[in-house]
Amino acid sequence: MAFTLTINGTPHEVDVEPETPLLWVLRDNIGLTGTKFGCGIAQCGVCTVHIDGQPVRSCSTTAASAVGHEITTIEGLSPDASHPVQRAWVEHTVPQCGYCQSGQIMAAAALLARAPDPTDSEIDSAMAGHLCRCGTYPRIRKAIHHAAKLART
Amino acid sequence: MESQGQTQTMVSRRAVIRTMIGAGGGMILGFHIPGALAAVVAPKPWTTPTDGVEINAWLALDADGTVTIRVPHTEQGQGALTSVSMMIAEELDVPWDRIQAVFADMNRHVNDGEEYVVTSTHGSQLVRQQHPHIMQAGASARERLKEAAARAWGVDRSGVTARQGTLTAGNRTASYAEFASAAAAITLEREPAIKTPDQWWLLGKPVPRLDAAVKVDGRAHYAIDTRLDGMVYAAVKCCPVPWGRLANYDFARVKDRRGVIAAIEFKAVPGRTENSDMQNGVAIVADSWYRAKTALDLMPVEWDFGPDGDVGADTQAAKAAELLDVTGDVSNETGEDTLGLIAASGRVVGSEYHRPYETHARMEPINATVSVTLERVDVWSPTQNQATPLMLVAEQLNRDPKDIHVHTVFLGGAFGGNGGGATAVTRQAAEISRRLGRPVKVIWSREEDIMQDKQRAPVYTRLAAALRDDGLPEAFFSRSIWFTRDAVGSQGPATADRAIGTMPYRVPNRRHELHNAAAHIPTATHRAPGTNQNGFIIEQFVDELALAGDWDPLEWRLEMTKGMEPWQRVLRKLKEVAGFTTELPRGEGMGIAVLEDHASYCGACATVSVSRRGELRVEKVVLVMNSGYIINPRAAAEQMEGSVIWELSHALYGGLALERGRFVNNNFDSYNLMRMPQAPEVEVHFAMSEDGWWGGIGEPAGPPTPPAVANAIFFATGKRVRSTPIGRHDLSWSQGSSAQVMIDATVGARHAGDPSASPVAARVARNGGLLQ
Repeated sequence: MAFTLTINGTPHEVDVEPETPLLWVLRDNIGLTGTKFGCGIAQCGVCTVHIDGQPVRSCSTTAASAVGHEITTIEGLSPDASHPVQRAWVEHTVPQCGYCQSGQIMAAAALLARAPDPTDSEIDSAMAGHLCRCGTYPRIRKAIHHAAKLART
Repeated sequence: MESQGQTQTMVSRRAVIRTMIGAGGGMILGFHIPGALAAVVAPKPWTTPTDGVEINAWLALDADGTVTIRVPHTEQGQGALTSVSMMIAEELDVPWDRIQAVFADMNRHVNDGEEYVVTSTHGSQLVRQQHPHIMQAGASARERLKEAAARAWGVDRSGVTARQGTLTAGNRTASYAEFASAAAAITLEREPAIKTPDQWWLLGKPVPRLDAAVKVDGRAHYAIDTRLDGMVYAAVKCCPVPWGRLANYDFARVKDRRGVIAAIEFKAVPGRTENSDMQNGVAIVADSWYRAKTALDLMPVEWDFGPDGDVGADTQAAKAAELLDVTGDVSNETGEDTLGLIAASGRVVGSEYHRPYETHARMEPINATVSVTLERVDVWSPTQNQATPLMLVAEQLNRDPKDIHVHTVFLGGAFGGNGGGATAVTRQAAEISRRLGRPVKVIWSREEDIMQDKQRAPVYTRLAAALRDDGLPEAFFSRSIWFTRDAVGSQGPATADRAIGTMPYRVPNRRHELHNAAAHIPTATHRAPGTNQNGFIIEQFVDELALAGDWDPLEWRLEMTKGMEPWQRVLRKLKEVAGFTTELPRGEGMGIAVLEDHASYCGACATVSVSRRGELRVEKVVLVMNSGYIINPRAAAEQMEGSVIWELSHALYGGLALERGRFVNNNFDSYNLMRMPQAPEVEVHFAMSEDGWWGGIGEPAGPPTPPAVANAIFFATGKRVRSTPIGRHDLSWSQGSSAQVMIDATVGARHAGDPSASPVAARVARNGGLLQ
């Protein structure tokens, strides 16, 4: 079945089964591989994208359900890695292996959009669904606070 | 050396403070290397670099001053791109902001004299073991550039200086690039020595890792991101019980589904039981991975689980209990009759500990992309050693290694699991591509990734010691049972004896025994192999000994490592910075542990709180590292911080559940790992010996944390947690008096020398294995 998805502001026509997870449409059909596959059951968060600004797990969101909505992936968060979260992530050298970081960054950006100066407990609850095996959590926390400052200046 | 050591410690401490206050201060980079953020990872570091004049395999100089460093190791977030570039820049003496790091050409390495010497990233050994030949490559290039200038200018090489990319002799100056071609043709009569640490200008400074920038916008290319023209996708299922057989599958039921192309069966080769060998299984190939995976899930598959289909954790526990009463292989024996002394002693402490199977669960699921054509074979594999899949694919396809091109990409975590243990997938991809004549990407589902992983081996250990009048041990016995696939190789005795068999504490009479018991579950290295399992055991048991002997745990360790400089340095620093005390109110506790791993010495002090209902919170972990020397304290601190979270994940939440021959908790809903709300504050300190030896960084910081946490739990609750996951223990406590009274109540009976008061000590005393 063919339908149109709006991804990072650009319409893409795809011909897949409507129940296909958005993750695989992004990666295999569109070629946007910055969004990662981790668990397939919405437990690790590496596949997180924004739909109308809200963070969702693309591995457990059907492509058809995203029709008519604005999908934003890590590639579309900013044109030049200049989003405050991305800048803070580089300054704090948050990523180690980096595989989970697209999801972490999308979750952090969504958090800051609704809570411009989040508390530690707000950060904890927003980021709890995102696993990082390298253990970058302490730097993620610091970088989110730093990004909040960057966004205000 | 002492004054140097102190200087290093001070520099390191400032580095730590910078790391810690980065967020609050808003600026991370307070150090004095100009353009520190301008060094880069090339936009496509996995493509073969062609720019610039090659001086040697490691580096090329471009006319615009760019220095391209070719890194033969995998970047898995441990900082290989940065540390190799730093070591070469140090010797070459070029501005750090002109560095561009790329991945080296593995085909050239394998087929052209192995110029990079070692390409594997394992064993925390890149810097500690490879700095001599890597720095040598930079030093040699520098001297050849000087020689080229000297010849052109008619002066002696000793009259030419090479600093920050500029050659100078008298009033003549030139950029390195101007003499690059001439230098490339020069062979030196004698290669220069590498710099000593007192000559470093770059090494030892807190340099931000180069790979962060490409990992914030989706640009970093991992093996799983590979896309090729005409590529197909495969999902794979192997027998959930390792070494079982594929009895039957009904491809006809799914072959007409949209996009489905083929079913391909994999057969284990009889007698081939290496971790890199294929298991019996079946793949569905389709035009998208989702279609392949869906068809595979719908396809009826029958397995013959074989003789191991009824093995469970209880089976292994029963086998371990049996073996714990039987004399094992003696791997360490000193002094007199250890067992006899313990049996005859009136003051015995004894315990048994257990740690279960754990999996690697790196965030990038196991995958491989292979394109087989008549002319060449291209491979993208998530591996800790790019040379490994190259040789495996050559063997699998019976092709000349010259035809195989492995493209180094970023690796989404490995932790010891992506050496030979992860390469069966590359064989699978090679097989499918050969049979279909098309490029294929194979991805294992998370469930497959965990069930087919080569796991951390489980261990059961019994320990017993007899105490002297001064409370210190006079005899110390331990017996461990390890379950490994074939009881050899990296999971053999050398690994199984780490930390326990090789404990540093000098006891006059000492005996350690090992049973390496065969099991069908394949095992492999797992970040700090051996030390991670055994460290939890030994560093809790010595706390039991210290408390039974009326010793403060920190003072006990200082006493028992007297004269051992690396240990003393760590323990003294820990004492100075951690504020360790046994005098906290009930419900709060601090615990310490110290372990050697990969030639580094690392101490941990954990602070925990436990509610009366038993809810545990690890508040803070203070680490002290002595790796001899350190080339990048900032990257080291980041790795150590992460190591704490890695090890605590397994100790608090992990534990693979072995039932009916397979692991049943095989995704993140049931195999739990530490998440941000549970992550403790981590504080890192360095205490370097700077005494001629080098230790690793990537692994040694993990193992001391779980025993430090468990020791802290004991002080908080009076409960000794002798197995993991800790989260499954009931840590609740009721009102009592001070911590000291509680300790006396817990260990007092043993202290009084009455074995019957302690079931384990009693068992030790009457155990035939101990009394024989």
